[in-house]
Amino acid sequence: MAADTLFQRITDYANRADPYPLYAELRENGVARQDDGSYLVGTYHEIAALLHDPRISSDRRQRTVPDGAAGTDEGVPPSFIGLDDPEHHRLRGMAMRSFGPPHTPDRIDGMHEDITRIVRDLLAGLADKERIDVVDDFAYPLPVTVICRLLGVPAEDEPRFREWSDAIVAGFDPTPDEDPAERQRAGTEARKTMALYLGDLAERRRGHPSGDMLSAFVNDAGPEGQLTPLETMATGVLLLIAGHETTVNLITNGMLTLLRHPDALARLRREPELMPLAVEELLRFEPPVQMLPQRTPLADIEVAGRTIPKGSPLILMLAAGNRDPQRFADADRFDPAREDNQHLGFGSGVHSCFGAPLARLETQIALHELIRHLDTPRLIEDPPEYRRSPVLRGPRHLLIGRG
Amino acid sequence: MLGEPRADRIVIVGASLAGLRAAETLRAEGFTGSLTLIGDETHPPYDRPPLSKQVLLGKVAADRTGLPQRRRLDADWRLGVRAGGLDPVGKRVLLDDGADVPFDRLLIATGTRARPWPHPDEAALDGVFTLRTSGDAAALAARLDAGPRRVLVIGAGFTGSEIASACRERGLEVTVAERGPAPLVGALGGTLGELAAKLQRAHGVDLRCGVTVTALEGDGRLTGAQFSDGTRIDADIAVIALGAVRNTEWLAESGLAAGPRGVTCDAGCRAFDMYGIVTDDIFAAGDVARFPHPLFEYQLLSLEHWGNAVAQAEVAAHNMVSPGPRRRPHLTVPAFWSSQFGLNIKSVGVPTFSDQVVIAQGSLKDARLVAVYGYRGRVTAAVSVNQARSLDYYRHLIETAAPFPPAPGAADQRESPVPVPSDVPDPKLLSHGPTVALTGHLPDRRLTVVQPAR
Repeated sequence: MAADTLFQRITDYANRADPYPLYAELRENGVARQDDGSYLVGTYHEIAALLHDPRISSDRRQRTVPDGAAGTDEGVPPSFIGLDDPEHHRLRGMAMRSFGPPHTPDRIDGMHEDITRIVRDLLAGLADKERIDVVDDFAYPLPVTVICRLLGVPAEDEPRFREWSDAIVAGFDPTPDEDPAERQRAGTEARKTMALYLGDLAERRRGHPSGDMLSAFVNDAGPEGQLTPLETMATGVLLLIAGHETTVNLITNGMLTLLRHPDALARLRREPELMPLAVEELLRFEPPVQMLPQRTPLADIEVAGRTIPKGSPLILMLAAGNRDPQRFADADRFDPAREDNQHLGFGSGVHSCFGAPLARLETQIALHELIRHLDTPRLIEDPPEYRRSPVLRGPRHLLIGRG
Repeated sequence: MLGEPRADRIVIVGASLAGLRAAETLRAEGFTGSLTLIGDETHPPYDRPPLSKQVLLGKVAADRTGLPQRRRLDADWRLGVRAGGLDPVGKRVLLDDGADVPFDRLLIATGTRARPWPHPDEAALDGVFTLRTSGDAAALAARLDAGPRRVLVIGAGFTGSEIASACRERGLEVTVAERGPAPLVGALGGTLGELAAKLQRAHGVDLRCGVTVTALEGDGRLTGAQFSDGTRIDADIAVIALGAVRNTEWLAESGLAAGPRGVTCDAGCRAFDMYGIVTDDIFAAGDVARFPHPLFEYQLLSLEHWGNAVAQAEVAAHNMVSPGPRRRPHLTVPAFWSSQFGLNIKSVGVPTFSDQVVIAQGSLKDARLVAVYGYRGRVTAAVSVNQARSLDYYRHLIETAAPFPPAPGAADQRESPVPVPSDVPDPKLLSHGPTVALTGHLPDRRLTVVQPAR
């Protein structure tokens, strides 16, 4: 067949604005083997089962044919998102000590006021603008400010780590283009640079606790000890990137979706208490992480009647599962009050999103304040221009007018 | 959908978790008739799992565990009055206060109570407790606050072990007496029982297995206890944790198949009468119900599990207001959890329905693992310790009657993949028969598939 494989079409930038028909095709196909030997799974129940299957590795080094993104970089080890238990559990647990329960149950809840203030300051700065770019003016600065405070990274260094972050995200873009090696090399290089930068910030706090997470990594020890300097670097890179690259898309996809569904927008203005449910629906309907491209079976496994051989690249299309009519009634409808909404937007299983409570809180506050701030917002460009990545999918800019 | 609207009056006896969830489901399914909940406790429905955990630790007051109500019920609550009898012909529930309550459909959800200490004189000593109700928990927590010199826990099942854990966390001296060879062994078998024993001792519990308490001593106040091995201890509190008794006495003359093992019902929660004929209008759910489960060779199961109370109540309520073809079976895979001695223990399936066990993930040494149980070559249960995230995977294996031992390849498999006997004491006499698997993910699409005996 001369036509591109399904995965090529899904990752093709031309289809970024609306990949959902391709996801429907994927669900129809069942487990889809691609020409390069990788397997795509796009149906809800199969994805959910694989996310809980202990024989599915997140460590790319388990692949029969290691790929360039497998972290061949000597120096910075993989972070826990790319490791399996028990190592994953140990590192994630140590990072969680200063982020959430049971040791720090109030950290995120305690940020409510802080986040609201940041949001209101951002909006106050936009009061005179007739035309707003939701991404640059709002959805990007918010999570960056929040994750900087949480980790203890100076916000004025944003231009530096933005560049590294862009390169790292491009590095794990699985789009099968002509020369992925160069992208991956640049991503690896950027990761190393960011790691050294964060490691240095952390080291300067050793012995001088400052209440942020980098400080906790080098000053607080649990029963399993402390993160090593290299582990601190790897974990810091992961949290800094995950803390803003995903939430920016969730907020932006959220505003775009609300503008495309004026009834839902009007309803949320009338019933602001629906916002938590609406954010869950956004995570289902337009998830900021569209797929998990780095899974690998550690044994031959059977999925929906098909055997996926040990060591094959396995790609879980979360966004396709989220629209599976076998799981969600009216799956292609955006329903801000949807009940029984156990979406895959944050994944599931051992690697279930570390920062989910923070992403939820930021997005709930951001959208609540944004729709209060804008009386009659309208989309200037639909579809908007998208960012390149098919994994972390979202608009590059989202221009709206005030009416 | 309300298929046969002849049920205008529904009465639920038992106003705890199962009763409440059934009532909510009835309303959610469109039942608009009169709804009466009868409960012998004066409190509105409350949650029991925290009573042996957060409440005993003093983190939550005993009267602050009320269950959230998920919708407005518009129900007639008769709290603080016990149901004393059932007239199935006249279709009335007879209350102890002399009133009777007529019904078109009845749900029996009377649950269980704590098994009392067998010697009433000793049980009456000041300092001797059981733990089932919020009142029990309040009284026990208050006495733990007062700083007793030693607490004796009789029985090392889940409740007893959780109580011992809470006492140790408070820094109190604890003796645990267990007739079996190890704590939790009756529910989880030998391998995890051994782990539990090790952990209790590591946490400073004076654990005595293979002994019984032959006497509680005291003169008005508890002062100590004697054991079957001839030893004795001083203790000023004893908690009797000898399991539960099903609240079925009120049904003794009802003609229903009700007795010490529960109210027997079919997979659709309809109660049987004493001849084994299924009734049309009387349903049972929760701890008091005893029902056949196809995954476990149609053995009648009585489950004292929070999750079962919810799931079974929902099925019972649905079936109470649905015509025959729309009724659903209660096919939920049993599941429960416990937290004690820093461990989070979760179980799916029926671990006692097993002959072998294998540590499929993690290790006993780290006290972080998944133990998978099998019976005659198929997976029947899994228990996780501090590692619950893959339990859904094992539940799927149980539902599909997957071969035991499970396929190797777990990323964190550490121990030998060779199964050992599960050492469940007093194994049930299991008969060999066809294997049954479950299909479908949605409640109304769940089916059983029978695979002929191999």
